[in-house]
Amino acid sequence: MASSIPNTYRTGPDESGHFGIFGGRFVAETLMPLVLEVEAAYKAAKADPKFQDEFAYYLKHYVGRPSPLYYAERLTRHFGGAKLYFKRDELNHTGAHKINNCLGQALVAKRMGKTEIIAETGAGQHGVATATVCALFGMKCKVFMGAEDIERQQPNVERMRLLGAEVVPVTSGTSTLKDAMNEALRYWVAMAETHFYIIGTVAGPHPYPAMVRDFQSVIGTETREQMMEAEGRLPDSLIACIGGGSNAMGLFFPFLDDASVKMYGVEAAGLGLDTGKHAASLTGGRPGVLHGNRTYLLQNEDGQIIDAHSISAGLDYPGIGPEHSWLHETGRVSYVSATDEEALDSFKLCAQMEGIIPALEPSHALAYVAKLAPTLPADHLMVMNLCGRGDKDLAAVLKHLKARGKI
Amino acid sequence: MSATDSRITRRFAQLKAEGRGGLVTFITAGDPDPEVSAKILQGLPAAGADLIEIGMPFSDPMADGPAIQAASLRALKSGMSLAKTIALVRGFRASDSDTPIILMGYYNPIYIYGVDRFLADAKAAGVDGLIIVDLPPEEDVELCLPALKADIAFIRLATPTTDDKRLPTVLSNTSGFVYYVSFTGVTGTKSIDSQHVGQAVERLRRHTDLPIAVGFGIRTPEQAQAIASIADAAVVGSALVQVIESNIDEAGRALPGLVDAALGFVAALAGGVRNARSAA
Repeated sequence: MASSIPNTYRTGPDESGHFGIFGGRFVAETLMPLVLEVEAAYKAAKADPKFQDEFAYYLKHYVGRPSPLYYAERLTRHFGGAKLYFKRDELNHTGAHKINNCLGQALVAKRMGKTEIIAETGAGQHGVATATVCALFGMKCKVFMGAEDIERQQPNVERMRLLGAEVVPVTSGTSTLKDAMNEALRYWVAMAETHFYIIGTVAGPHPYPAMVRDFQSVIGTETREQMMEAEGRLPDSLIACIGGGSNAMGLFFPFLDDASVKMYGVEAAGLGLDTGKHAASLTGGRPGVLHGNRTYLLQNEDGQIIDAHSISAGLDYPGIGPEHSWLHETGRVSYVSATDEEALDSFKLCAQMEGIIPALEPSHALAYVAKLAPTLPADHLMVMNLCGRGDKDLAAVLKHLKARGKI
Repeated sequence: MSATDSRITRRFAQLKAEGRGGLVTFITAGDPDPEVSAKILQGLPAAGADLIEIGMPFSDPMADGPAIQAASLRALKSGMSLAKTIALVRGFRASDSDTPIILMGYYNPIYIYGVDRFLADAKAAGVDGLIIVDLPPEEDVELCLPALKADIAFIRLATPTTDDKRLPTVLSNTSGFVYYVSFTGVTGTKSIDSQHVGQAVERLRRHTDLPIAVGFGIRTPEQAQAIASIADAAVVGSALVQVIESNIDEAGRALPGLVDAALGFVAALAGGVRNARSAA
């Protein structure tokens, strides 16, 4: 029993919210009673069949699940190796996987009797999904968004406003996602007794990393069933992009104990890992404490957080979910990266080979598929999570592609 | 030196003997730059600060309002680091061996510096206590327990959301004094309500014999006076930091009158607190 390899990777976190040394509850005392309240409410909800039925009902009839597992035949031939499947979470209502989690958390908030919701957003996808579920359940919604991101993501800002949410521009710090999260936490401290905070990724204080993972696990659970149906066996590899890491956690979690399934998390390498302008927390950072949890962070030698950079606003975050840090250190999941440039090429490739315009986030995953698939045999079954659609990125991508003479 | 005979306990005993509440002042280390910040620090005891909190700058101060966020960024821009903050305390101790110094901030810079190394260096420099905003009792093994072992007080924040059921958890392993946060929110964003504070202090006293300092929202000598007559000490942070902010130029450099303005403001607060003796 002295082995360092766990018997199972699926029992975390422990009672105090830790995955190995990662995770925890590093929040101000003002928030602790509420964090404990959320933990108790989620524990009760998780064990309540009525809650699970309600969640399943909305996933099916409102979100449109299950999302298809699609055999990407032309790309498979193009890469000339592994048989590539896309998990089509870009076909969900609101166009990304984010809605799975927002729906789950809104139902928890409803159980707790909270009617006012706050959220942070970077690219605006989580903000739109939160505003959507708030409209669905008649809740008040306030979304904190970096002033710079508001500029970059106008269509999503308009969408949130149309859905009835208030978008609060954040000008503190660097005016991006991490500052939006700081500001949401500050607001939550002031309004702790009446507000529920819907965190958009598998990060934050316990129970958020586990709760968000559980809600997103529908992705992996469906993939498992669909692959059994299509091929009669489990996939050989899973690939997903990582910002905070919620779509990846959702795809990976149901497969963690299947030793034959290899997993790859693709971080954003921005302009390149050696330029310092990237968002690859695992590859280029080290463990630290921020936003309620211990995890890998981009930081300097004094423990000050460094700005992340990625062409994709959804990956532009200097941290990563604590469970990924643990899966990285245990070696269960391989974490790799793709640059802005590689993501742009894959964005175009996917549009032209499959007629699917992916978001810039999964374009990073596809960039790694492009490297890995050709090295594998034709009977290797590979699943990539196509976690969002690219409409929101069109303007930015076209500008970049034109500037490079690629379109 | 044991926990019962520390600068903090001696200072509160002395305040009790004088029959008055104390004044705790907060400045951010290195704001607006290391030299000026050292000068302000040196002058604080004579201006009337009974205890001093020094903010350790952090890039992401999640529990602070705009004033202290800006101070933190100014300090980092001027090259401040945790090592330099400890050096600042060491420099202060060369001329003052009585005024308690409490470092306040967030855990990550300490975690990266290394907990054991930090505690040893802080103790050697003359640090008496720590207030680490993002370390609730649930994370006591991280820094609180090692700090107590190193004979550095770990001062906890109690807030309006800390109910009677949770208070014992918050008070366990707390030493030095208890810091009551007067409202739910970040620093410097609301005004203090002394009636609420009176009830809260009464509630806390039923749970602890430790001195109680109250902060968040104290901006004027009158408010400091009111709070110092209810609690054992009044903490002023954002208002003092704003005096510093209003005495720098556009490039963030200190204007000639900055140190005098900051210390003058502290003297006015101290005057208020000392008036609380007759009011009490």
